[in-house]
Amino acid sequence: MTRSAAVAAPPAGGGVGRTVIRAGGRMSLIVHRRGAIVVLALVLFTLALASVAVTLGEYPVPIAQIVDAFAGGGSDGVRRIVLEGRLPRIVLAVIAGAALALSGAVFQSMTRNPLGSPDIIGFNTGAYTGALVVVLLLGGNYVAQSVGALVGGLVAAVLVYVLAWTKGVQGFRLIVVGIAVGAILHSLNAWLIIRARLEEALAAATWGAGSFNEAGWEKVVPVAVAVLLVVPVLVVLARPLALLEMGDETAQSLGVRPELTRGVLLLAGVALVAAITAAAGPIAFVALAAPQLARRLARSPGVALLPSAAMGAALMLASDVVAQRLLAPTQLPVGIVTVCIGGLYLVGLLIAQTRRQG
Amino acid sequence: MSDTLDSVRLRTPAAALKGGRRGLLHSTRARSLLFAASVLVLAMVAGASLFVGSGDIPADVVWRALLSGGSDTDAILVAGFRVPRMLLALIVGASLGLAGALMQAITRNPLADPGILGVNAGAYFAVVAGISFFGASAVTGYVWWAFGGAVVTTIAVYVIGSRGRAGATPVRLVLAGVAIGAVLGGLSLGLTLLQPEVFDRIRFWSVGSLQSRQMDIVVGVLPLAVVGMALALYLSRVLNVVALGDDLARSLGAHIQRTRILALLAITLLCGAATAAAGPVGFLGLMVPYVARALFGPDQRWVIPFTFTLAPLLFLCADMLGRVIVSSELPVGIVTAFLGAPILILIIRSRKSRPL
Repeated sequence: MTRSAAVAAPPAGGGVGRTVIRAGGRMSLIVHRRGAIVVLALVLFTLALASVAVTLGEYPVPIAQIVDAFAGGGSDGVRRIVLEGRLPRIVLAVIAGAALALSGAVFQSMTRNPLGSPDIIGFNTGAYTGALVVVLLLGGNYVAQSVGALVGGLVAAVLVYVLAWTKGVQGFRLIVVGIAVGAILHSLNAWLIIRARLEEALAAATWGAGSFNEAGWEKVVPVAVAVLLVVPVLVVLARPLALLEMGDETAQSLGVRPELTRGVLLLAGVALVAAITAAAGPIAFVALAAPQLARRLARSPGVALLPSAAMGAALMLASDVVAQRLLAPTQLPVGIVTVCIGGLYLVGLLIAQTRRQG
Repeated sequence: MSDTLDSVRLRTPAAALKGGRRGLLHSTRARSLLFAASVLVLAMVAGASLFVGSGDIPADVVWRALLSGGSDTDAILVAGFRVPRMLLALIVGASLGLAGALMQAITRNPLADPGILGVNAGAYFAVVAGISFFGASAVTGYVWWAFGGAVVTTIAVYVIGSRGRAGATPVRLVLAGVAIGAVLGGLSLGLTLLQPEVFDRIRFWSVGSLQSRQMDIVVGVLPLAVVGMALALYLSRVLNVVALGDDLARSLGAHIQRTRILALLAITLLCGAATAAAGPVGFLGLMVPYVARALFGPDQRWVIPFTFTLAPLLFLCADMLGRVIVSSELPVGIVTAFLGAPILILIIRSRKSRPL
């Protein structure tokens, strides 16, 4: 996947590669043909993968029985495995991947930096700390753990952002402050883990890696509701967001209110990550890698929301299938797969950058 | 990203001579006095550390145990645990400080540190692999795994971070460290989550601690650390020339490539020895050279010797602080993270985005 980064030469400039759709009156839509094809391909890939994933598991179910189960037929056991076990997991993975990628795209576009992502600004480590404090020190249950994770993540993200702020936030400073705050939280987490009993510490660490192993409809529903509430906001603000990339003054002259737009976008981005983290734990690096991979595949000039979401969904579902099947019947947390993909992506990015510099 | 690349370069001696900051202490006399004072304080603190620790042993018993040995429990505790712990604190502290100073000098990057550049994650992964696949057990068994992991990761991060014409710029090195650290951290977590007994053993090692290390570890890592330290001190003069930039340094007769390789060798020896003995400890290598440069300016002939005395001093104090601050002992790696991370934020905030 890193190869596309190396051949990042734009295929054509200007109006080539776009189609303008006019729906009468003032409405018009510019469609980037390559972008549309990439989105379509990613959606098809995700669907194909989902239909394979639903057959995989400790108890393999052939596709014919699955179709039966969807139609309401088949045995009770098969229906339960497919509809109550595998389907919610797949749906959750797809929603989570899309949502994380969207929030990453928003952050990267706003900071105009390919590294702007909830992982870098300390949200994930903070969420882990919050959850550990709630579970290991306060003895909270699942709901309290989610609340603790949200509070921890938000506090860490705000802290990093504020500490990195001197007349604006510069990308590299954000990364380094993120490392510093992350290091303190990391050692705090390690300290909590040492003091806990082994089983508790293990459970907390598994949650902290980010996993869909416990997925069920009761987790999918709140996440889906949250995402459905946020996505319309992003649809409305997608264009102002793109204009903001050209600088505040240009955007302002085109009718965008920079501070208000940024505030709402920030809130939307954080809400998406928060919803996913509450349901599945902090899953690393999807928000970081998906928007950039999509951008390179679509060869679009900036980070675009729809391709990012499609890429995030595909990436997350693929990672979860790997996490489930790699050491089957042992289930790995999906976060371990995504952290490897994301880290390798970063290494690839560095190498590709070098090659361009010669 | 390229606009930020130069903003975090180390201030070179040349830049300093052009009217930049020269450090707080200008005269050789003041510098020598401070250096002598740091040696004295280090000796005193090292001695004092023998009297602090769990199992309240009266001072006169400690004295007797030190002077004439003995076979009662207290004497064994002093000779078998407190003395090696003090020695290890000195070795590990000096190694980490010098490794940081060398990394920062050859990459001209004030943010270079074994923790930030992913070396600790490499050692961690190697130890996890050693326990899971090769049945390494107990701290003595981890030593060589940690050492190997640290060596391999140092080289990998340096190679990936310094490819290309731009060389090892701060951003590239930090990113390479973050990326490699993340992958290795993820793999280690995966391995440990699958095997509860490995998780249980590694969680105590992973924070960085000097608890219950004995003389065999001191003897094991001392030779490596000594070679690394000697190399670091030997290189301090030529590193001043390297700081002028490759072209100027070459025209002044410095062997750039040889210096880099020797420095890299010293770094791997020092990081490897330190991590092998104490587990992953971050930030000491970051903050001590930073303080040394603030006091003495960019002259490596002062920075490196002062790091050599200040780093073990700070590490000893951090270890003692961890022993008294909580009843059940706070591992020294946690103390250094809490001390060092604010300094990292200070460094990155104090650098303006103009080229230096």
